[in-house]
Order: sequence, then structure tokens, then C-alpha cells
Amino acid sequence: MNFITVSGPPSSGKTSVLLKTIEVFIDRGLKVGVVKFDCLSTDDDLLYKKMNIPVKKGLSGALCPDHYFVSNVEEIFQWGLDIDADILISESAGLCNRCSPYIKEIKAVCVIDNLSGVGTPKKIGPMLKSADVVVITKGDIVSQAEREVFASRVNAVNPASIIMNINGLTGQGAFELASVLHNDKSANIETLTGKELRFPMPSALCSYCLGETKIGAEHQMGNVRKMDIKND
Amino acid sequence: MIEHNVINNTKLFILLKKYPFLEAYFKDNNFDIIGHEAGTFSSFLNTLDEEYLEDMAIDKHEACRQLSTYLNSMLEFLGEDKTDVLSITIFPGTNKSGEKENYDKLKINKGDIVSIVGPTGSGKSRLLADIEWVAQADTPTKRKIFVNDDVPDNKWRFSIEDKLVAQLSQNMNFVMDLTAKEFVELHARSRMVENIEEVIGRILTQANELAGENFAPDTPITSLSGGQSRALMIADTAILSKSPIVLIDEIENAGIDRKRALSLLLSEDKIILIATHDPTLALLGDKRIVIKNGGIDCVIETTAEERQVLAELEVMDKRTKEMRTKLRNGERL
Ligand SMILES: Nc1ncnc2c1ncn2[C@@H]1O[C@H](COP(=O)(O)OP(=O)(O)OP(=O)(O)O)[C@@H](O)[C@H]1O
Ligand SMILES: Nc1nc2c(ncn2[C@@H]2O[C@H](COP(=O)(O)OP(=O)(O)O)[C@@H](O)[C@H]2O)c(=O)[nH]1
Ligand SMILES: [Mg+2]
Ligand SMILES: [Mg+2]
Repeated sequence: MNFITVSGPPSSGKTSVLLKTIEVFIDRGLKVGVVKFDCLSTDDDLLYKKMNIPVKKGLSGALCPDHYFVSNVEEIFQWGLDIDADILISESAGLCNRCSPYIKEIKAVCVIDNLSGVGTPKKIGPMLKSADVVVITKGDIVSQAEREVFASRVNAVNPASIIMNINGLTGQGAFELASVLHNDKSANIETLTGKELRFPMPSALCSYCLGETKIGAEHQMGNVRKMDIKND
Repeated sequence: MIEHNVINNTKLFILLKKYPFLEAYFKDNNFDIIGHEAGTFSSFLNTLDEEYLEDMAIDKHEACRQLSTYLNSMLEFLGEDKTDVLSITIFPGTNKSGEKENYDKLKINKGDIVSIVGPTGSGKSRLLADIEWVAQADTPTKRKIFVNDDVPDNKWRFSIEDKLVAQLSQNMNFVMDLTAKEFVELHARSRMVENIEEVIGRILTQANELAGENFAPDTPITSLSGGQSRALMIADTAILSKSPIVLIDEIENAGIDRKRALSLLLSEDKIILIATHDPTLALLGDKRIVIKNGGIDCVIETTAEERQVLAELEVMDKRTKEMRTKLRNGERL
């Protein structure tokens, strides 16, 4: 089975691009399963269901969605095998711009949109920097110049990636993306057990992670760091 | 190609002097190398403490590898003799019913203006997408595209710097919060042009000529009129975009001299493809591709008689324009 992890800021166009791309896979006679990871709620699963795509959703609730992803990915992968999928795709929203659910040797896609501004690529961490394919959406709403500047900024932070402009509404480029994500050279992955994350997640564990709600120094324990606020 | 080790053993001030574009690169990647120029990139990374590396999600080994990937790709881009695209050739595939397309092969040369016509859903956008992807019988149409009479290099598909096609979209809005001059400058810098001031000046002058209605360099782009925005987009694409082919999805008539816009693009040595329903625009082309049921049905050369029609249409357009001016000025029509 081919496994593709897709991640990107909320509303960057992940679902739109995936729906168009999966349509191409289905046309090619491939069976696709999708797992959607989110924090509090998502209706994306309904969109996938509407296209008769088998879908699972995982809501991390109070946990960091990327930590939640890694803790569940093995089981999810098994589900993909059980339903006999040729391609399993995970969609997750990158929320803090720091984490990324990418796994070594597993195709990693980051979706980011032209509207987020040219300063954005440098603010996004491993989610963008360590992706194999960067999909840029919403090119239809900006000028050629803005598209070129944005793409060159993405290229500066991830020069090794394949950068593709895709229109999530019309699907322009989805055919080509499908060919990049799944082709004769795609690895057939048998198991995820033992594979490694591309980048360690931040080691954050403070009293607030553990349920503390009160403000004040005496309630702060663990990994606490203070801002440097000088009077000038 | 410069070896990874060589790059990482070279002192930063030497790298920066030789490759000034690295300054922006370090900035884009949040590497604050100021004060560390006397050492190498790895020695700079070694000055960062673990906490900072973790916060900024920096993997030292990866960071070194990335620097050499970037430097090498930029050198290739700057140094290589640009393949001059003289022509593209479209070889027939099949239409939506799977029948072979009705033409032999279609060659489009530098300096050509070709319009693409056909009903909604007929496959105009697919044809444009085939060209952009330099299709090799691997799209639904099974068409093949050659560049300069030959099987094209893969770089046309994946390189950000070497895109075959620039697209002037229908949309006339800018989203950036910049003045016209800052906007063009930002674009020019990302394209690594050398004589920035001169290029900016040229673009703004051309844009003003196209728009008819002048704007100052310090006008915020978001407050340009529709015609001015489009004029700026066209002038900017003509002069700064390196892509040899420009796709145009309808240039609206309002507030811009379309004939002039096309000749500006042509003067910059582009191939121009226009998807349009507008007869004036279609006739400005040397030929037009007619698309039906997903396939190229025929290619019509613009004849002398048709050019006569164009002259008539232009008279009508001019008359409409005069009426519009009168209307604006509060005169009777
Ligand atoms: N030769 C072909 N074989 C199979 N499918 C095709 C072919 N040509 C086009 N199609 C498909 O037909 C659909 C409509 O084509 P397209 O979007 O290019 O139409 P269009 O002419 O641009 O329409 P509009 O005027 O509405 O923009 C697309 O899904 C496209 O992939
Ligand atoms: N104009 C435009 N809108 C897009 C594009 N891609 C996605 N959208 C819209 O952006 C919004 C968010 O897209 P969605 O796919 O739900 O984003 P996700 O949260 O990343 O999955 C939706 O309203 C989409 O219709 C695009 O290429 N162009
Ligand atoms: Mg979504
Ligand atoms: Mg179209």
C-alpha cells in the first residue's frame, strides 16, 4: 500500500485538493482510504463519504493533534490494509506551525495557500521544511507576480521539494499531482512499525498541559519558560 | 555543482560575498548569522543552543544539506545558458470519445499569438494544462508536447525558476499590502534581476501606458482601479516573468489597451495563448485552435478577410470607448 501524509494550516485547501486528486486515483482504478485528523471537530469526513471514499476520523480533543496522530498511525495503517486500499491518505491540520506528522520514507505533502502572505513560509517549521511535495493553492485569487514570489519563498525554505500550484476549486493541477504522488516508483509499504518521525516533536510538558487552570507562579511546574520583557 | 563539504567548510563572509543571494536565504530561514561571518555555517549552527534549535525546529545536519541544495540550484538557475524556447509542438491525442484528434501536429513559434476557442466544458483549460505540464501522453487527452522540436527536459515540470507558462488570470485583485513600486521590487528581487531600479521604472512606465489612466509609484496596489491593476499585472509579467509562454484567460476590455498589451508581451519574446470568446481578441491572433468534445477540431488561420472584420470591430470598439468617455464626462451621447 502507498501511504501519503498530507498536512497544512487550517483552510489552506487540503480537503479540496485531496478530493480532486482522489477523483483521479479512482479514475485510474485505484482504491483510496482517507484518515482525517483534527482537534475539536471536522466535517471533512462527510465530504469524503459523499464521494464513497472510505474514511476514518480522529479528534484529538485536548491533546496535540500531531502527537495524537503518531500514537494512532500504526492502527490506521492496519485499517488501510484491512480495507484493501492501494493508497492511504492522512489529512491533518497543522495548528502550531511547529509539529509535522511526517514519517521517514513516507511521502509527505504540505498544502499552503497563496493568500497566507509571502512572510508565511518562513514562519512554518518542519511541516513545510521537511515535506517532499509542497502544494500551493488559491493561485486563482492572486496575480502571477504574487504566485512567483510566494513559490520562491517556499523554495528558499525547502529547496529540495517539488512545488506545485493546484487550484482546489477547479482541480487544475490535480491530475499532475496524482501522477507525482502515486506512480510506478511508489514504494509498497508493508508496515509502519519501527519507522521514524522526520522531526522530533517539541518537548512541552508543563502544569498547564496536565490540566492546571490557575494563573500564578506557584501553579507553574515542569517545562516553563518566561518571556524577556524589558522596560525601555 | 559545488560539493556539500566545500560549502560547509567555507567561511560565511566569503560565501556571502560570492553569492549575495544567500543573505535573503539566511533571513528566510531565520538564521541570524550577523556577527558570525568569520566562521563557517556549521560553526554558526554550533553556537546555537539546544533549546533554540528545538524551538526553531532546526536539525543541524539537515540545515547544512539544505544550504548546499539551495546554493547549487540557484547557481544552476543563474549560470546555465537559458534554453531559449523557440517553439512548442502539440502532437494529437484523443478527444473525450477516445477518437484521434483531427490534425497532424501543431507548432507554435515564439512571437505567435494563438487563440483558443470552444464551448464551455469543451477542453480549453485541459489543452492549456497539457502545455503547462508538457504532457507526454500521460494526461486524459494523451497529447504530447515537444519544446524546440524535441522531447522536453523534466525541469519544465518541476523547477520553480524554469516554469514554461505564466498565467494572467481573470482575477484583477492584488492581496498584498504594498505600493506599486514595492510590489514590483519584491517580484524583481525574487527573480534575482540585477538592474532593479531600471526594471522597476520600465514596468511602471509600461503599466501606465497600458492603463491610460496614470498612477504614481507609491499608490497602494490594492487601491489601483481594475484597468490599472491589470495593466500592472501585464507589464510585470511581460518584463519580469521568465516563462516563455503566457496564457491569457480573456483580457477584459475595460480600461486597458489590449492590442498594446499583446504587443508588449510580444516585444518581450513570448508565445501568447489566449482563451477567449471575444471576436476582437480572437482575431488579434495569427490562428485559432477550435476545441470540440475535448479534442482539437481544427486550426483556423486568420485570413485577410478576417483582418478586415477586425478593422471593423476595432472601429466599433473605438466608438464604444468614445461613448464611455462622454458618459464619464457627463456629456450627451
Ligand atoms: N481529450 C479529452 N479526453 C478526456 N477528458 C477530457 C479531454 N479534454 C478535456 N477533458 C476533460 O473535460 C473536462 C472539461 O474540460 P475543460 O475544463 O478543459 O473545459 P473548458 O473548455 O476549459 O471549459 P470552460 O469554458 O467552462 O472553462 C475536464 O475534466 C477535462 O479533464
Ligand atoms: N479560490 C480558491 N479557493 C480555494 C482553493 N482551494 C480551496 N479553496 C477554498 O478554501 C476553503 C478551505 O478549503 P479546505 O479544502 O476545506 O481546506 P482544509 O481546511 O485545508 O482542508 C474552501 O472554502 C475551499 O473552497 C483554490 O485553489 N482557490
Ligand atoms: Mg480539510
Ligand atoms: Mg476552462
